[in-house]
Amino acid sequence: MKNGTERRTELRTYAVGYLLALALTGAAFAAVVWPSFAAGTTLAIVLGLALVQAVVHFRCFLHITMQRASRHDLQLILFSTLIIVMMVGGTMVLLMNLRTRMM
Amino acid sequence: MSKTATEIEQPDAEQDDTALFGFWIFLMSDAVIFALLFATYGTMTQATAGGPTAAAEFKLVPTFIETLLLLTSSATFGRASVAMKYDEPRRVLFFWLFVTLGLGLVFLGFEAKDFADMFADGAYPSRSGFLSAFFALVPLHGLHVVAGCFWLIVMIVQVRVIGLDRRVKLNLLRLGLFWHFLDVVWIAIFSVVYLGGHIA
Amino acid sequence: MNTPVWPLLLGRFEWRDLPFVRAILDPSASNLVGAFAGGLVVVGAIVVALVLTRYGKWRYLWSEWLTSLDHKKIGILYIALAFVMLSRALVEAVLMRGQQAVAINTPGFLTPDHFGELFSTHGSIMIFFMAMPFLTGLINFVMPLQIGARDMAFPWANSVALWLTAGGAGLMMASLIVGQFSTGGWTGYPPFTEVAFSPDVGPDYWIWAVSLGSIGSTMAGINIACTLYKQRAPGMAFMAMPLFCWTSLCTAILMIFAMPPLTVATALLALDRYLGFHMFTNDLGGNMMNYANLFWLFGHPEVYILILPAFGVYSEVVSTFSTKELYGYTSLVLATMVIAVLSFTVWVHHFFTMGQSANLNAVFGIATMTIGVPTGVKIYDWIWTMFRGEVRFTVPMLYALAFMMTFVLGGFTGILLAMPPLDYLVHNTLFLVAHFHNMLIPGLLYGMLAGYHYWFPKAFGFRLDEKWGRIAFTCWVVGFYLAFMPLYVLGASGMARRTHEIFDPSFRPWLYVAMAGAGVLFCALGSLFVQLVVSIRNRDALRVFAGDPWDGRTLEWSIASPPPEYNFAVVPNVDGRDIFYRRKHAEHQAPPYAEPYAYEDIVMPRNSASGVAIGVFAAVSAFGLIWHMWWLGVAGAVVGIAALVTRSFGRDQHRILLAADVAREDRRWRAALAEARSISRHTEMTTANQGLAER
Repeated sequence: MKNGTERRTELRTYAVGYLLALALTGAAFAAVVWPSFAAGTTLAIVLGLALVQAVVHFRCFLHITMQRASRHDLQLILFSTLIIVMMVGGTMVLLMNLRTRMM
Repeated sequence: MSKTATEIEQPDAEQDDTALFGFWIFLMSDAVIFALLFATYGTMTQATAGGPTAAAEFKLVPTFIETLLLLTSSATFGRASVAMKYDEPRRVLFFWLFVTLGLGLVFLGFEAKDFADMFADGAYPSRSGFLSAFFALVPLHGLHVVAGCFWLIVMIVQVRVIGLDRRVKLNLLRLGLFWHFLDVVWIAIFSVVYLGGHIA
Repeated sequence: MNTPVWPLLLGRFEWRDLPFVRAILDPSASNLVGAFAGGLVVVGAIVVALVLTRYGKWRYLWSEWLTSLDHKKIGILYIALAFVMLSRALVEAVLMRGQQAVAINTPGFLTPDHFGELFSTHGSIMIFFMAMPFLTGLINFVMPLQIGARDMAFPWANSVALWLTAGGAGLMMASLIVGQFSTGGWTGYPPFTEVAFSPDVGPDYWIWAVSLGSIGSTMAGINIACTLYKQRAPGMAFMAMPLFCWTSLCTAILMIFAMPPLTVATALLALDRYLGFHMFTNDLGGNMMNYANLFWLFGHPEVYILILPAFGVYSEVVSTFSTKELYGYTSLVLATMVIAVLSFTVWVHHFFTMGQSANLNAVFGIATMTIGVPTGVKIYDWIWTMFRGEVRFTVPMLYALAFMMTFVLGGFTGILLAMPPLDYLVHNTLFLVAHFHNMLIPGLLYGMLAGYHYWFPKAFGFRLDEKWGRIAFTCWVVGFYLAFMPLYVLGASGMARRTHEIFDPSFRPWLYVAMAGAGVLFCALGSLFVQLVVSIRNRDALRVFAGDPWDGRTLEWSIASPPPEYNFAVVPNVDGRDIFYRRKHAEHQAPPYAEPYAYEDIVMPRNSASGVAIGVFAAVSAFGLIWHMWWLGVAGAVVGIAALVTRSFGRDQHRILLAADVAREDRRWRAALAEARSISRHTEMTTANQGLAER
């Protein structure tokens, strides 16, 4: 039965997403609770894991794929990411610059 | 005439697609709000004004539990979506929706406890710029969860009263997007705010 | 008079908060002006209510307009709101020019605080409650017609957005009657707007009015983008859209991503003011520089939100009235997209002098100058469109021509200001004020007025009076040059903006000229109203029921004027740009007014009062928060949310128009069309014009 297969695939996607999310979360917390790297490296690891986990959520829970059906959604998300990177990056650079100059 | 207005009113798949796209745009607009609050928080981590600091105030164990609660609620909402999509018995749908709601409410309880502890410690927003930035960012996510829970209750009532017509289904799909999106925001919060606070 | 009245019920209201009481206690010129303005709002509201009652039009107004979800009516309401607010803000500008012209070595007739309120409300209204409603209304009315859609993607959200904006405008008006407005300018910079320096209700009025407006604009942006993405007529590719639709799309995208920073800035300022946060305060780690950063992350894209729709209008107008295809369509589309993206990369040029390093300033200065390139491309495209065209100098075309020359001039001063070293010299002077008025008056106001004249016959079925249109146009252009060119001189000589009293008598002649210019601009506004009255009186002679008064090119001209509620009896198939014009004039094309083979039932949304309720109660809730009437704040919010939830439970929110009725209405128009006299383009400004172009 086609419906049944589809349903199983979908359930599997959620299950995979859940397990991956748990693993990535666990890894991030572990990296901080049992620190084995320099602070900067740990921060990079945590942020990297967060990025990967966000991708997992978008793929498994929010069903954003490279398929045609979600092409507009994907374009939208990528454009939003661009805007967010510009805004957050600009804000950080600018205000950090001001802070150093006012010290 | 052949059809009644209510029959035609049921939006077809194309209109559902439009509605979901519109909701995606809203989510992205909301994401910009969160992004800017993160940027603001990032620039104010040093502004403790001699008051409580991140390392002293942020507790990792409750944060970890809160994270598990939210992650699980995303999975259970996914399970509910599957139940809706494949017309499983109504009680299955209700079961998973109620589990999701429960997890959301427990999450809110934990978060409220966190904030109460911080207040008791003297870590309230008017104490410093750093705490202001924290209380502008994290409770906003909490408020979103409150809104999500309220919306979930409304939807449970609608499924009960109206049944699964196309508009109820559509709104459940939107709520699903909202709920999973809040999870993504929470990933950023526990990574940047809580874990980041303990690294530095 | 200085103690709160029933604080539990009325919050921090004191009798002194009424401008009438202030005028009686201290009848100074400034207080009398304030009381007169407040009285005007009250009397105006009463007169409108009486007229509506006298002619029994309440029900008509409510059921045909206020609760309508028809995108055309919502668009018209937006524009009506814009005209009301334009009138107020223009009068305020005249008052300010008057004050500066007389206050040379004397205090003048306005107190410093009153003067501060005036420049704050003038700016806030012109941006948020004149420009934004005007362009949103124009897009609302025109865009669905141009893409062959029956309505916007979300008709109900459209109504909510309108009423949130109107609610914000209502708060601006309320500030004339109770309390006072902010004196912190339209940007509301802290720390001045923090409780420590502005403990009164002023900044709170500003915060909530702007917040309601920005939430409404975000919703409008989502709606416009979705409509353009998903509701285009069958066969219409993106590159077949009229250019106005392209600029609408880019404006909508800017609204979606640029309004959130404003929401964050005002919300954080509200947290400071209401809950004692330290986001932007001087003490305990607050960082007011982040406010400037957040505000301009919104503020710069906002400039392009304002200007892009006008660029779209000019593209349509120049092409139509030059009787030529738009030159460089692809380059115009690309330039629009480049402008939209670049607009997010230049915000720092609004605060070059804040203290960041010279290298950072250089980066943003160069990015700013880069925007001149796509804008220049556009100007050349419009010039090439006119080249060897058969140009007809109608009112919209006159605005387009005035725009091209004036806007380029403003652009030059913009390039000057983009250089940080020069900006250090003239920042915060009238030079800047002259520059942005030089951009926004041609780049927004002329564009909106051109669109108003161009599409008015489509909306109401008759043209606007040509003679009064020319008088108004002349006044807008002459008034602009008289009012703002002197400000360049004054600014370059070092006169600070927002100055209440002037101590250099050599400024006097320039200030007099600017004052005269403000007077001419006031006459321009008056002429517009005269034109409207004259046109309504003369409407039978000006009728263009056939629907195509300008030999138009795009789909909106292929239907009746005013269009039926469902726009298109049968949704057209579109195979390229300027389809209507090609059908009229090119060979081997289907005839322009071919009768459809068959009509179908059409589903349209029913009216809804919940949009009105949400907007009004959001404003009521905000009013409660402004005055610390906490019960009202909570009650307003609860009722607003209840209206939302009730709407989600509602079913049967559409009604059906039977194919037979659609056919009857369509055939009636076709019969009139067959009777209409077609005219050559040169007689389109005369009463011979019935809306049918010669083929």
